[in-house]
Amino acid sequence: MAITEIIFWFLSALAVISAIMVVLSKSPVHSVLWLIAVFFAISGHYVLLNAQFIAIVNIIVYAGAIMVLFLFVLMLMNLNKETEPQKNLWMKLTGVVSGGCLLIILISLVRQATEIKGKIAVTKTGDIGLIKVLGKELFSSYVVPFEISSVLFLSAMIGAVVIGKKD
Amino acid sequence: MPIQYYIILALVLFCIGIIGVLIRRNAIIIFMCIELMLNAANLLLVAFSKMHNAAATANNTNVGIEGQLFVFFIMVVAAAEVSIGLAIIVMMFRNVHSIDINFLNRLKN
Repeated sequence: MAITEIIFWFLSALAVISAIMVVLSKSPVHSVLWLIAVFFAISGHYVLLNAQFIAIVNIIVYAGAIMVLFLFVLMLMNLNKETEPQKNLWMKLTGVVSGGCLLIILISLVRQATEIKGKIAVTKTGDIGLIKVLGKELFSSYVVPFEISSVLFLSAMIGAVVIGKKD
Repeated sequence: MPIQYYIILALVLFCIGIIGVLIRRNAIIIFMCIELMLNAANLLLVAFSKMHNAAATANNTNVGIEGQLFVFFIMVVAAAEVSIGLAIIVMMFRNVHSIDINFLNRLKN
C-alpha cells in the first residue's frame, strides 16, 4: 500500500468520524471543535490533490475566521448541555433513516455510472492548484465575478450591522 | 486515487450534514451542518477538477481550473452567508432568549 493511499484513508476516516461527532455531540462547543477537525481533514485532502491555494484558503477562512465567529457567538449565548433542546426519539430515527436512504441511493448510482469508470483524480502532481496559475486565471477571465464578490461582501457587512443593531 | 472514492467520501459527508439538519434543534448546529454540506461539495469540485486536468491533452494544461475557482467563489459566498446568518441568530436569541428553532414557528397562523 503506497503512502498516498494510507494518507487518503487516514484523512477520510478522520473527516467522517469528526463529522459524525459534530452531529452527535451534546455540547455545542464540542461540535464546533469537531467541525474544525473536519475542515483540517478536508484541507489535507486538498494538499493531497496538490490544490495548495484552496488548502490554505480553506484553513484561513473556514477554520480560522468562520469557526472563530461561531465560537464567539456560542460563548456570548452561554449555551451548555443543560439548555440544549432535544427532538424526540422518533423524529431522530426518521431523520437518520431518510438521510441513510438518500446516501444508499446516491452510492448505488455512483457504482453504476459508466462515465466515471476507470477515471482517476491525480494526486501529488499537476500545477493547476498553484497560486500563480489560479491567480492569472482569476484576474483575467474571472475578474468581473471577483469584483462583484466585493460588492457582495459590502452588502453582507452592511446587512450584518443593520440586523445586529439594537433599536 | 480513483474518482469514485472521492465521490463516495463527499456523499457520506453531505448525508451526515443532511442528517444533522434533520435531527438537531439547535439553530447554530444546523448552521454548522450546512457548512459541512458546502465543504463536501467543495471537495468534490476539486477532485473533478484534477480528474479533468489529467484526462486533457498535454498542450492545454489549464483544463479543469474552473473547478478550483468555483471553490474559491463558494468560500466567498459562504463567508458572507455566515455573517448574515449569525447576525440573524443573535437577533433571535435577544428576542426569545433561546436558539431552539421550534420557537421560530411564530409566523404560522
